[in-house]
Amino acid sequence: MAETRRRNWPRAVRATQFWDLEAMADSKTNGAGDAAAVATSICAEHGNRPEALIEILHALQAELGYVPAECLGTIANAVNLSRAEVHGVFTFYHDFRDAPAGRHVVKLCRAEACQAVGCEALVPHAEKVFGTSFGATGADGRVTLEAIYCLGNCALGPAALVDGELHGMLNNNKLETISHKLD
Amino acid sequence: MTTSETTILYVPCDAASLSVGADAVAAAIAAEAERRGENIRLVRNGSRGLLWLEPLVEVATDKGRIAYGPVAAEDVASLFEAGFLDGGAHQLNLGPTEDIPALKRQTRVTFARCGVIDPLSLNDYEAEGGFAALRKAVAMSSADIVGQVLESGLRGRGGAGFPAGIKWKTVSEAEAEQKYICCNADEGDSGTFADRMLMEGDPYTLIEGMAIAALATGATKGLIYLRSEYPHAIKTMKRAIDLAGEAGILGPDVADSGKTFILEVRVGAGAYICGEETSMLESLEGKRGMVRAKPPIPALKGLFGQPTLVNNVLTFAAVPWILANGGAAYKAYGVGRSAGTQPFQLGGNVRQGGLFELPFGVTLGELVNDIGGGTRSGRPVRAVQVGGPLGAYLPPAKFDLPMDYEAFAAADAMVGHGGIVVFDDTVDMAVQARFALEFCAIESCGKCTPCRIGSTRGAEVVERIRTGQEPEKNLRILKDLCEIMKDGSLCALGGLTPMPVSSALAHFPEDFGPQAPAQAART
Repeated sequence: MAETRRRNWPRAVRATQFWDLEAMADSKTNGAGDAAAVATSICAEHGNRPEALIEILHALQAELGYVPAECLGTIANAVNLSRAEVHGVFTFYHDFRDAPAGRHVVKLCRAEACQAVGCEALVPHAEKVFGTSFGATGADGRVTLEAIYCLGNCALGPAALVDGELHGMLNNNKLETISHKLD
Repeated sequence: MTTSETTILYVPCDAASLSVGADAVAAAIAAEAERRGENIRLVRNGSRGLLWLEPLVEVATDKGRIAYGPVAAEDVASLFEAGFLDGGAHQLNLGPTEDIPALKRQTRVTFARCGVIDPLSLNDYEAEGGFAALRKAVAMSSADIVGQVLESGLRGRGGAGFPAGIKWKTVSEAEAEQKYICCNADEGDSGTFADRMLMEGDPYTLIEGMAIAALATGATKGLIYLRSEYPHAIKTMKRAIDLAGEAGILGPDVADSGKTFILEVRVGAGAYICGEETSMLESLEGKRGMVRAKPPIPALKGLFGQPTLVNNVLTFAAVPWILANGGAAYKAYGVGRSAGTQPFQLGGNVRQGGLFELPFGVTLGELVNDIGGGTRSGRPVRAVQVGGPLGAYLPPAKFDLPMDYEAFAAADAMVGHGGIVVFDDTVDMAVQARFALEFCAIESCGKCTPCRIGSTRGAEVVERIRTGQEPEKNLRILKDLCEIMKDGSLCALGGLTPMPVSSALAHFPEDFGPQAPAQAART
């Protein structure tokens, strides 16, 4: 997803590329401006249509890892909505983050089918091996741990989505194995 | 077999199979074949739905497809040693796939191709009868297509069970410049995964069903609202839409009909409420997923205020079979007003979990005990929740209930999307009741008071009962609150959250109260 978008970007807002030293310098000195430029560009790709707001937020988060607060106003201007409306949508959906996640995102399913096979008993161990409590990122920035309500792997639970990869039949040992593979 | 012949092997790419190592198995098979100089072709099929046997590897032999499972990457060398390319004997050999009892007893209608074919191969799809219904529909009048759907008795598979044909007729007869087809693929209910499996294993069936709906209603634009929790389904569905467009199945001239149908995937953003159809429409318009009051019904004023046909994945996916074989043939399956088949899903603490497509009327007990084989833990079954987080908790005493919309409604339960979650005797039903209310509190859109406030207060009241604070008074409050939420909420989230709570109270009263006998026995 991110790759396609990067290809389509105007030169000025491309994420840092090794041959473009000027852009690299810009992005280091002017992070906020860069994020706003990315948001503007993504809105334009979506035709600045208000009905594309959720897609715009998804695209921005795919690019930057989160949705910086200063981008909400930029998006509102681009799609001709009030900042309150954009804020309302942004906060309604669980997927959108207002701060960067860790290098890895672990989403452990805690819905009924996984409860039936003991996902709640895995919770303390998950917090220990991933070094963070639920809904938070470890101090080392390695893992963001989140609860999720159903990954559709209900016959092979407990289940988790680790950086977009689905894992099933989890137990304490498997959580450790997964954690060891995350840098 | 000589080594020059190419053997076809199937290793599923379904997310459930991947979750237990299918990719590693596929890689090990490719490497081992290379090492031995064997000619093989690996096909990544969908899953057959026998999930406790995943990764289920199949080998195409002159005696048909032979299954092996569950296969781990470490088993691969010994499988080659045992001559599995010719269907050789091995402790993981399950015999011909079609003869596996849990598969053999099914009536595969909607899932006929799932697990059989390469999900993205248009050739495979057509070879198994795909697009025949669409071509038939092109030559039919809109009224005739709707007539077949009406005759089939097909009811909405999302949970509400509304007759699909009536919706199709309403949208078809509505006058508008622009109409829409929206597929609800926001399968958020725990214990359900049929939509996911179909989209990953046989996406063209959904595309064909939606294209037929477009021909029947005159809609030119379609959207699939697919939850972000299903990254694999999103990827397969998007690719399938691209390929179907290139093949002329979608686009400006659907299957040479001269009619336009543009189909796109819209990815959800982690809100359970968006599985409610009006909330989904709001979300598709880029807004907060706030439920709309009905009327007006979406069939007349739906997406962007235009007539919109909203159906679940399984509803659309049943249509190609209905058109190809006739509405009457579909109706011949099932019981009473629950016509046709339902892909039932067994999950949770169950020994043999997976997807089992059967005609309505099979009993709950047959599914849980005969097909599911009881619990995975080996302990007695204490409760099953049918129909997702908003469905009732039922004890084994209710296992003679037939899976049938009306029979379940009469037992204060619901079939919903056909998901069944099994719990063993270590479950604390008061905790489950509290969770139902807590989940509702997290996921409520907040538009109506009974759901927004009732869920939070309800969770508090259950906790008071559990900890022995004025249990009798609080039980009365809880029952009263359940009535208010049921009767006073705007949509099914607030309206049905009382179902798991009330059913837990009705069938497992011993769990509500301090030192309840069941709890004491467990501690």
